[in-house]
Amino acid sequence: MKNLFLVAYLDIKESIRSKWFYVYTIVFGGLMALFFITGISDSVVMGFSGLSRMILIFMQVTIIILPIFILITTVKSITSDRESNILEYMLSFPISLKDYYWGKMLGRFVVVFMPVIFSLLLGVIFGLFHGGGLPWSMLLLYSALIFSISFVFLGISFFISTVVKSTDIALGISFMVWILLLAFIDIVLIGLMLQGQLNDSVIVTVAMLNPIEVFRIGAITLFDPELTVIGPVAYYLLDTLGSKFLIVYSIIYPIILGLIFATLGFVLFKRKDLL
Amino acid sequence: MIVKVKEVRKSFLNEYVLDGVNLELNSGDRVAILGPNGAGKTTLIRAILGFYHIDSGEILVQGFNPIKSRVEVLKSVSFIPQMPPPIKLSLDELLNYIQKSSDISREQILQEANKMDLDINKNLKKQFLKLSGGMKQKLLIAIAIAKKSSLLIFDEPTANLDPKARESFYKLLEELDSSCTTLFITHRIDEIKELINRKIYMELGKVVEDEIL
Repeated sequence: MKNLFLVAYLDIKESIRSKWFYVYTIVFGGLMALFFITGISDSVVMGFSGLSRMILIFMQVTIIILPIFILITTVKSITSDRESNILEYMLSFPISLKDYYWGKMLGRFVVVFMPVIFSLLLGVIFGLFHGGGLPWSMLLLYSALIFSISFVFLGISFFISTVVKSTDIALGISFMVWILLLAFIDIVLIGLMLQGQLNDSVIVTVAMLNPIEVFRIGAITLFDPELTVIGPVAYYLLDTLGSKFLIVYSIIYPIILGLIFATLGFVLFKRKDLL
Repeated sequence: MIVKVKEVRKSFLNEYVLDGVNLELNSGDRVAILGPNGAGKTTLIRAILGFYHIDSGEILVQGFNPIKSRVEVLKSVSFIPQMPPPIKLSLDELLNYIQKSSDISREQILQEANKMDLDINKNLKKQFLKLSGGMKQKLLIAIAIAKKSSLLIFDEPTANLDPKARESFYKLLEELDSSCTTLFITHRIDEIKELINRKIYMELGKVVEDEIL
């Protein structure tokens, strides 16, 4: 465990000096600042205004940019460490593969999770200064959702990095995974639903296996418990699962999925050639 | 016996890079591994270090399998790559990693570095990748020697060193414990001929010559 924390600590120190980390932090911090400057928090949409409105739009943007940021930066840094022989040198010291792999994952998780959560907190503090109530339940749920979406994409990134050894291919796959989960699955499912080729429950089940969709539903549940914005599917979801289960599912499922991918990645990391 | 390599085969894309390699390295052996590019020298070293899973055969380092017992194996091995990798950690962080993972004192590393005129303390906050090529190589050599391993593996260790630094490096090697086994992958046999007592020549994944000098 000592070495696991050592690897995590050094990965954090190395990452916070990287250019990608500055961009990543500026994007999320800047977004929050932009929301206030442009007065988004003062506008009213669907009855939401102030801090709730601001957090809501922050989550909508997070759905799009957080997965791709995590995928690209993680996959790139791990595969380029391998290509530039950094991995060869660092692993020539007596450190177990378990400590190295999970230490890297822990360090990377802290690095990708913290800026987003700090941006969210920054927004909350700004909102409070503007004179609004603190939406505790919203803040807690959204922090948990950001935790799980970060975890699942980190798990997928580590899996891709161990399967693919070339940086270019790994980046290509990362982009494909992102666009597939963000849009393509939905488009295909809508098409199948319109053609009536598949049972509706199968389509909803497939959609609910997509971590981005789960994040979206989880984020909507709190401000719109009836899920009216997603249309008739809401009845099916709420009748079948119930709103409480839906919230728990949207937090737990991505964590389990991330853990499965990360563990598969670790098994491959141990069983395949390291270089 | 420090290293035992028995009938080792390793292929990439259905082509054998190591094709039935047999090798035994004993305590105090000073070995140069020679051969053209693609002979399998680096693959052999990487298999000994546990980076590659071999297709068949057996590798033992101090009696341990490098895949199954990598930590035990790497406790007794020091490795210097041909090109210093572009590690983004500062020297302080890198030394911290090495101290804690390998149980070496920082003082030992500083002492070895001083012997090659490398002042680490002055550069502690600097990123490793921002050092000059020679400084990086000197630091890696200092770390490898300070580790006091029973097997030292050098992959073209002097490629980035100026003549004076090379001399210091060779002097350091002369000071090594006589029981220490050293393995050089090199193309500059003339420079290290005073330091070796065995020469192994590889070609197309096989050991074709093993000469005691």
